[in-house]
Amino acid sequence: MNLPLPLIVLITIFCLAGVGLYCLLITRNLIKVVIALQLMVKGAVLAFILAGNLTGQMNTAQTLALTVIVADTIVAVVGLALAVQIRLRTGSLDVKSLSSLKR
Amino acid sequence: MILYLLVGLGILACAILSISARRLLISAIWLALTSALVAVMIYLLGAPHIAVIELSVGAGLVTVLFVFAINIAGEDTSRLKSIIPTPVAIFAVVLAVVLGLVLILRANVSVALTAPLPENSAILWQSRYVDLLLQVVLIFAGVLGVIGLLAEKVKPHREEETE
Repeated sequence: MNLPLPLIVLITIFCLAGVGLYCLLITRNLIKVVIALQLMVKGAVLAFILAGNLTGQMNTAQTLALTVIVADTIVAVVGLALAVQIRLRTGSLDVKSLSSLKR
Repeated sequence: MILYLLVGLGILACAILSISARRLLISAIWLALTSALVAVMIYLLGAPHIAVIELSVGAGLVTVLFVFAINIAGEDTSRLKSIIPTPVAIFAVVLAVVLGLVLILRANVSVALTAPLPENSAILWQSRYVDLLLQVVLIFAGVLGVIGLLAEKVKPHREEETE
């Protein structure tokens, strides 16, 4: 079996995004939610680089990927800060404990 | 091709181990390994600058942040029952992945290059100037996030009693 290289990378990208999406749907732990987002964004960065490789515009792809990496890191920082503060206030990392208005 | 396959399988294995680990700290370490392997794949695809940034930021900085946050928040090893039933989640994910792959593979993308492409730095400082401004704003938001991470525990808000 001789798979073309872009197809291998494409399957990796979609599977990575799928794993992240599954974790996002299934988990109730706030830190796991941030981990799932990180996995999905890694797939997106890889997709940018693959697109740059296929179209020959690698420099544009690299600059876009740089922006995505910065945004991803900030999302992780803010998400973790929120998770820590929620844990300190509610005593739990459970997403369901946030719905305090619903009784 | 073998190298791409091995790295791809390694990325998927690390990602699955990352979401299935019981302890959050172990999850963070598997995430760092996923990030390192993604950096290897990016390097293989011909983008060494982003590979280095991904390796240092994804596998370094973010992992340190995760370890720090988990140390403050504490391990929560209790397995909470998910709101969505597992078969429904698996079906939704498989559907999304298959549809995405089919749409991408059926699309006929053709790119016409008219002018020689400028250098990395020229694109970043001239064509993507708005992106740079956005990055500055995001980094400022990140600083505020770190302040939130390090903030002291605040007592819950209590309404003042009326006399």
